[in-house]
Amino acid sequence: MNIFEIEKASEELKKKIKELKEFSKLQNIDLSSEIEILENKLKELQRDSFKNITPWDKVLLARKIERPTSLDLIKRIFDNFIELHGDRLYKDDAAILGGIALLEGKPVTVIGQQKGKNTEENIKRNFGMPHPEGYRKALRLMKQAEKFKRPVICFIDTPGAFCGIGSEERGQGEAIARNLFEMSNLKTPIISIVIGEGGSGGALALAVGDRVWMLEHAIYSILSPEGFASILWKDASKAKEAASLMKLTAQDLLDFGIIDRIIKEPIGGAHRDVDETAKSIKQSLVDELELLRNLDIETLLNSRYEKFRRMGKFLE
Amino acid sequence: MINLFKKRQYVTVPQKVDKKEEREEKEVKVNIPDGLFTKCDDCGKIVLKEDIEKNLMKCPNCNKYFRMTAWQRIKLIIDEGTFLEYDKDLSTLNPLSYPDYEGKIKKLIDETGLKEAVVTGEGKIKGTDCVIAVMDSRFLMGSMGSVVGEKITRAVERATEKRLPVIIFTASGGARMQEGIFSLMQMAKTSAALKRHSDLGFLYVSVLTDPTTGGVTASFAMLGDIIISEPNALIGFAGPRVIEQTIKQKLPEGFQRAEFLLEHGFVDLIVERENLKETLYQILLIHRG
Repeated sequence: MNIFEIEKASEELKKKIKELKEFSKLQNIDLSSEIEILENKLKELQRDSFKNITPWDKVLLARKIERPTSLDLIKRIFDNFIELHGDRLYKDDAAILGGIALLEGKPVTVIGQQKGKNTEENIKRNFGMPHPEGYRKALRLMKQAEKFKRPVICFIDTPGAFCGIGSEERGQGEAIARNLFEMSNLKTPIISIVIGEGGSGGALALAVGDRVWMLEHAIYSILSPEGFASILWKDASKAKEAASLMKLTAQDLLDFGIIDRIIKEPIGGAHRDVDETAKSIKQSLVDELELLRNLDIETLLNSRYEKFRRMGKFLE
Repeated sequence: MINLFKKRQYVTVPQKVDKKEEREEKEVKVNIPDGLFTKCDDCGKIVLKEDIEKNLMKCPNCNKYFRMTAWQRIKLIIDEGTFLEYDKDLSTLNPLSYPDYEGKIKKLIDETGLKEAVVTGEGKIKGTDCVIAVMDSRFLMGSMGSVVGEKITRAVERATEKRLPVIIFTASGGARMQEGIFSLMQMAKTSAALKRHSDLGFLYVSVLTDPTTGGVTASFAMLGDIIISEPNALIGFAGPRVIEQTIKQKLPEGFQRAEFLLEHGFVDLIVERENLKETLYQILLIHRG
């Protein structure tokens, strides 16, 4: 059984438990022992389903339409969020949103890639695939954060930067490159969190941070598993195999030293309890920002540089 | 007449079937001369390889640009006897245990005489010192894995220490898939090194050659203070085939070519190969502090 089949089975169990509870109430019969058995079975099923979770399961989880988006989390984590629009050059890209807010009373800049909750919204949000203007808006807000000395928090959730005529005409490559260049030396703390899909350069363009974290079932990779399989094996249907080979899970990337922390998700995944997920992220952010704020800028920038400087495997 | 026409069609059909493989084969043939003659893709003329080489790797008939190897490029740009190579022994590992990656690399080393897809070092252009990195598309399409990223980063860091300008010749299909996330991180690493170089007021010129796409475009290729391109070079973030698949329509003629980027404001100037050294020299001269 993959996690979705297990999820379906547990939904059925839940329904049965609910029916039994209603029945016992209605008929005034004590069924508590039967209910308990079923509830234990449900717990076991949910626990086990995540014991043997495969990288491909994580890909599916990370892409799940019910998975909390940047906005779902921003609303729960921050107070007084004010969204700011536009790159001042071309237009506003709905695939990346950003603004200012308070975190436990302290000002921060928040930027996130935004997927839709349904088809209509996904069309508006371009399925979370930004155009160059999205990256330029993000950079504008980061520069603004630098000016006003407030930390930047980026939520990453994108299949990748959009591939199309307009995005090439307006310099998708340049926009991403500029973000990497500027973020590497932005004089304020940056924390980037991959909350769903971290697809390629389109994700990295918001992920040159002092800390890079991932939610437990998020993925982060050089390309989608489908793209990887089609480039290397000319066969997109081998995506499952690619997902295992690519080492795209939070656990793999923590081992590689690419990310710094994994934020636990509720049993069953972040969508099972968005409030709980947001609470875990918030706690990590509050603690870590306290630490980063106390570093002098030079130390902060040097360690950010060294962090990325170390990445790579080669033989001297 | 009609019969003749039909016969021709019959001959061309199987060629179309193997188009992809044939193209790959052609590239190899163009880059590694094993015979005396080669056919120009553009004008279709059979030309002497020696004539192409004498003509700076351009077709003597139609002026089509063939891709240059890293060493041909260094010979073209750097004053004879002044090139000092950096980090030539850095070699590739297989961090994802990608099947037969080592074998592939070994084969490429044998075929190209290169250790990896970039050669870095310092040398003089008409007597002016600079640090230079030259990518070579024969080596896994010039893709950037850990070694390419590390060599470029070290070259830029040395330029920063020595207060020298950096010139990078790009030729790359992008990040190297076989090294996964490590390749992606090279984009951040190289860009960060260039930022430090830039913040101290030093010059960086990128010279985009055919092809420059993917993670290389989305990092150091687009970060030059001055961005030069060779005529007609393919330059883009996504490859044309990926875009066509995404938007399900054919791309217009000239899309993602150097001239298209110039028109859209992403390239400063297009320079013919024969003028490249002089142009670079003039730029270095103006920035000599």
